[in-house]
Amino acid sequence: MEKEPMFSAKILKLFTDPINKGNPITVLILGICSALAVTVKLEPALVMAVSVTIVTGFASFIVSILRNTIPNRIRIIVQLVVVAALVILVDQILRAYAYDVSKQLSVFVGLIITNCIIMGRIEAFALGNKPWPSLVDGLGNGAGYGLILVIVAFFRELLGSGTVLGFQVVPESWYMKNGGFYENNGLMILPPMALIIVGLIIWIQRSFNKQLIEK
Amino acid sequence: MENIISIFVKSVFIDNMIFAFFLGMCSFIAVSKTVKTAVGLGIAVIFVLGITLPVNYLLNKYLLTPGCLAWISPGLADVDLSFLSFIIFIAVIASITQLVEMVVEKFAPALYSSLGIFLPLIAVNCAILGGSLFMQERGYANLGEAVSFALGSGTGWFLAIVGIAAIREKLKYSNVPAPLRGVGITFIITGLMGIAFMCFMGIKL
Repeated sequence: MEKEPMFSAKILKLFTDPINKGNPITVLILGICSALAVTVKLEPALVMAVSVTIVTGFASFIVSILRNTIPNRIRIIVQLVVVAALVILVDQILRAYAYDVSKQLSVFVGLIITNCIIMGRIEAFALGNKPWPSLVDGLGNGAGYGLILVIVAFFRELLGSGTVLGFQVVPESWYMKNGGFYENNGLMILPPMALIIVGLIIWIQRSFNKQLIEK
Repeated sequence: MENIISIFVKSVFIDNMIFAFFLGMCSFIAVSKTVKTAVGLGIAVIFVLGITLPVNYLLNKYLLTPGCLAWISPGLADVDLSFLSFIIFIAVIASITQLVEMVVEKFAPALYSSLGIFLPLIAVNCAILGGSLFMQERGYANLGEAVSFALGSGTGWFLAIVGIAAIREKLKYSNVPAPLRGVGITFIITGLMGIAFMCFMGIKL
């Protein structure tokens, strides 16, 4: 059998596809649960995006190594245990080095376990492919998820609090209380706006990619 | 008793799993095309939450909370196993869903054929694991409160998915902009329903 180079065009496509055309959130509708609750501020969203990318990549990698030894009937439990072990690692690291963010994320770090992206990629890809493509596919899907997360969080923080990553972006003198004309949109901080923003992102993305439109 | 009822009402309306925490969104969007399947999945979620959450509550109380192992022997009093909670909770949920699937298949074939495909899906439904994690974080005082929280969140989830399925059935007849059709409009409607549900916020029980 011919050996494939480490970074062939096919491997690269595995990474770039999930970022736009096969985006896990806007096209495959996976992993929305945790995506929306952590996007009030940009910082927890970034941490979440990195954590999910790492867990998805390595879970796919490990399951792909084990794929020929897992009995089919109990594969879901085995997969969940692999993912849970990785998530415990991420959780402990966050608690040790980024305690404030880990407090803000609260149960959503644990909920990475049931993030459908991870299970979805393991079921759909890692069980039938070699470890290296599985790792790339996992990382790509994590990155696609992270991208949407960061876009949503950016707009929610900018419009809802007038800050980006905690820095004041909207000038203080614009605010009503300082005699200006501007007021933060309080609705943006509330959970339902995350859904509406994702809906709008889907709208924009599909107007550019006509083949994604549903009948 | 009063406390138990208020936890139930609170978890149905105020802390609704879907509208306040977005838990179980994946299956919420994927399986809400018709009311019939939505009802099936909703009942399955109430059922599985009602079984797994009390089990996880007992495990949490007697195995995982720091210092709780003292009931075995005083020497174990300062053991802290709380870092194991994710793996134990998810193992309990996955094995109970598999067990429930087998039991239902054996003893209630009619129910199985209507719930069948949804049961395996539920193992990875965030609402189930989320329920257990919230239970751990909020520290309910006794088993009754945990059961009431489980049934309440399940019912809230059921109401939400049946509601959106009913709206989506009607939506077939409206002229939605093409790129927004299907998933896009479902997101926006869920957001609007969430805003409506927010009128329950701030109610003190």
